[in-house]
Amino acid sequence: MAERFVMSIDQGTTSTRCILFDHGGRLVAVAQREHRQHFPRPGWVEHDPMEIWRNLERVAPEALAQAGASADQIAAVGIANQRETTVLWDRMTGDPIGRAIVWQDMRTGALVDELARAPGAAAVTERSGLPLATYFSAPRVRWMLDHTPGLRERAERGEVLFGTMESWLIWNLSGGADGGVHVTDVTNASRTLLMNLRTLSWDDGLLDFFGVPKAMLPEIRSSTETYGTARRVFPGVRVGAALGDQQAALFGQTCFSPGETKCTYGTGAFLLMNTGTAPVRSDNGLLTTVGYKIGDEPAVYALEGSIAITGALVQWFRDGLGLITTAPEIETLARSVDDNGGCYIVPAFSGLFAPHWRSEARGIIVGLTSYITKGHLARAVLEATGWQTREVVDAMNADSGLALKELKADGGMTSDNLVMQMVADVLNVPVARPMVVETVSLGAAYAAGLAVGYWAGLEGLRRNWHRAARWVPAMEPGRRDAEYENWKRAVERTFGWIRAGEDPAALP
Amino acid sequence: MPGPVQSIERAAAILRLLAAGSGRLGAGEVARSLGLARGTAHGLLRTLERVGFVEQDGGSGKYRLGAALLHLGAGYLDVNELRSRAINWADALASRSGEAVRIGTFLDGKVLVVHHVFRPDDTPQAMDVGSLLPLHATALGKALIAHDANAAASVRDTVLEPYCRGTITDPKELARVAARVRENGWAAEAGELSVGEAGVAAPIRGHGGLVVGAIGISGPVERICDTRRVPEPRLVAFVCDAARAVSRDLGGARR
Repeated sequence: MAERFVMSIDQGTTSTRCILFDHGGRLVAVAQREHRQHFPRPGWVEHDPMEIWRNLERVAPEALAQAGASADQIAAVGIANQRETTVLWDRMTGDPIGRAIVWQDMRTGALVDELARAPGAAAVTERSGLPLATYFSAPRVRWMLDHTPGLRERAERGEVLFGTMESWLIWNLSGGADGGVHVTDVTNASRTLLMNLRTLSWDDGLLDFFGVPKAMLPEIRSSTETYGTARRVFPGVRVGAALGDQQAALFGQTCFSPGETKCTYGTGAFLLMNTGTAPVRSDNGLLTTVGYKIGDEPAVYALEGSIAITGALVQWFRDGLGLITTAPEIETLARSVDDNGGCYIVPAFSGLFAPHWRSEARGIIVGLTSYITKGHLARAVLEATGWQTREVVDAMNADSGLALKELKADGGMTSDNLVMQMVADVLNVPVARPMVVETVSLGAAYAAGLAVGYWAGLEGLRRNWHRAARWVPAMEPGRRDAEYENWKRAVERTFGWIRAGEDPAALP
Repeated sequence: MPGPVQSIERAAAILRLLAAGSGRLGAGEVARSLGLARGTAHGLLRTLERVGFVEQDGGSGKYRLGAALLHLGAGYLDVNELRSRAINWADALASRSGEAVRIGTFLDGKVLVVHHVFRPDDTPQAMDVGSLLPLHATALGKALIAHDANAAASVRDTVLEPYCRGTITDPKELARVAARVRENGWAAEAGELSVGEAGVAAPIRGHGGLVVGAIGISGPVERICDTRRVPEPRLVAFVCDAARAVSRDLGGARR
């Protein structure tokens, strides 16, 4: 019998990737396509849902061809997706209503301020586990309903559907206007501000508060279960899992026990700690979210610390400053000097996320002297990733009452040895990289494979996890403390840059 | 001796033209300046863009000299870039073979380890990225000697240090081994750097087939080789597959 594989679709912020994995969790084929980023106004970020769907129609056959496999060799497909990005579409025609509003989009700033002053605002965090912020989906849905004539009425009649990217793709795969299933999974639903974190169902109070009609919402399902069978692109293949990308990475890193923590380093960085079957409230600026839910088993919760800018700072160094031509070259440049020369860069490009949550902060370079060269700047760029990770880990240790023993790292930046060594140095715990750095894709594949019995259980998946690299702390404690102090002083200097009354989105 | 190659002469003229002027020219301007058909100029520019010698401005569509040209003396491919492009395939190789994987490039008469994936058995292992290995006593080194003229030149006039009884110390023997590596497409080593250890490696190619490094596995000789110290064909195939996959990503796949 021909070998069988699991297909994973990672619908990310910049691209859509299709990866095939074999039974050992090994990567067999990769195909990917980038999609356009639309910036119609300052602070606005949009994607074309049709372009993303067409990209999926292309990358899946490409990956199959690369592996020399046919669709009947695919045991199941799992989807991991950019979270909080909001798509509305017409149930009858399948046409999107405008473009998708991306998680980075800040257009709902004024709306969120207004909502924060409304009665009932205090219950939002209590019920959803999330702060009321532009980052999540509900204000975007409300914004679209408010700004498109007649849309609210159509939504109330059930003619318009809402979904995050996984809902949009599953609906299309399973038939679209011709009988497509309209579902989301608990991890994605937990990022809307509309789901009650304890009951794992849409919360009528929150729907009222945000003014979102229930008729447009997808059904909330587990992260691993067969939602339906594909009727397009790879007909007959079961769609067996959906997870928000960061939760998928937690799953792919096999962080199945309370206290296990992963950090995915991409454009930004996302630390998630498994906290078991009860949600943990944060006093230190972290989010409470659903980690995953396997079939009928109880949901597993996670604490999340999000860092807005890590890899994006390297991209800025490349594209904005033009000091390097490819991102990996920053390591070469940073190694041309021994230390940061007293220079620190805090990349608060659009404010700071966890643990500060300061939207009025803006980035700075401090400690400039005539001694500083581009090598020092490169080092300060990479160190910013280390110190931002340290701040989130400190918050996580405080909230959970657990002390991090080892960090499981993944994502593109793990190919940068200097950054990974810096992270180990400033955390003073070892940092391990798994054999498959594509943990977002792997997590979606694992979850889909579990749903259809391709893999038997979590212990089997755990046995697939192997350490590919490990960086051990090698920084002198006195120096670590002194540098952390300097970093904290630099961070304080970013606060309060945008003055009250200034619209951050309207600034150049 | 064959005559001059016209397209190379024309490409050189384009580079001189771009270097001389304000730095940004459209395909039409290039064609007019050099008396070429527009399609010919366009084809040459696209090829030069592919190898990084010219860049096209996203907004105006005009061409200028590329960054690769400026860094011509500093090595063809940044080693950290190479690691970043190879990391997925190196992981897959470690996972399939069950052995540690290293990627090496040629540096000052040695092999510089630019990437290291642990043997996937979760035993304690130390990262050795940045360390230097001898060219003549490792599979990675032999793959480089066989395909990189500079690497080959660097071992021609030196004393080949013996590390073990099995180390090749005769330059003529090493040259014969290199010829065999070119024939096979892969290199091997058994008990030549340390007793009981063996390795297999294959070259990684970039644009135009230029060898930019080598990728290989290493481990106990009884796992890598059969009783006659010949590497297991299964492992050789994994190494060659990985080298091909990385080369394909770098634009250096053999057609």
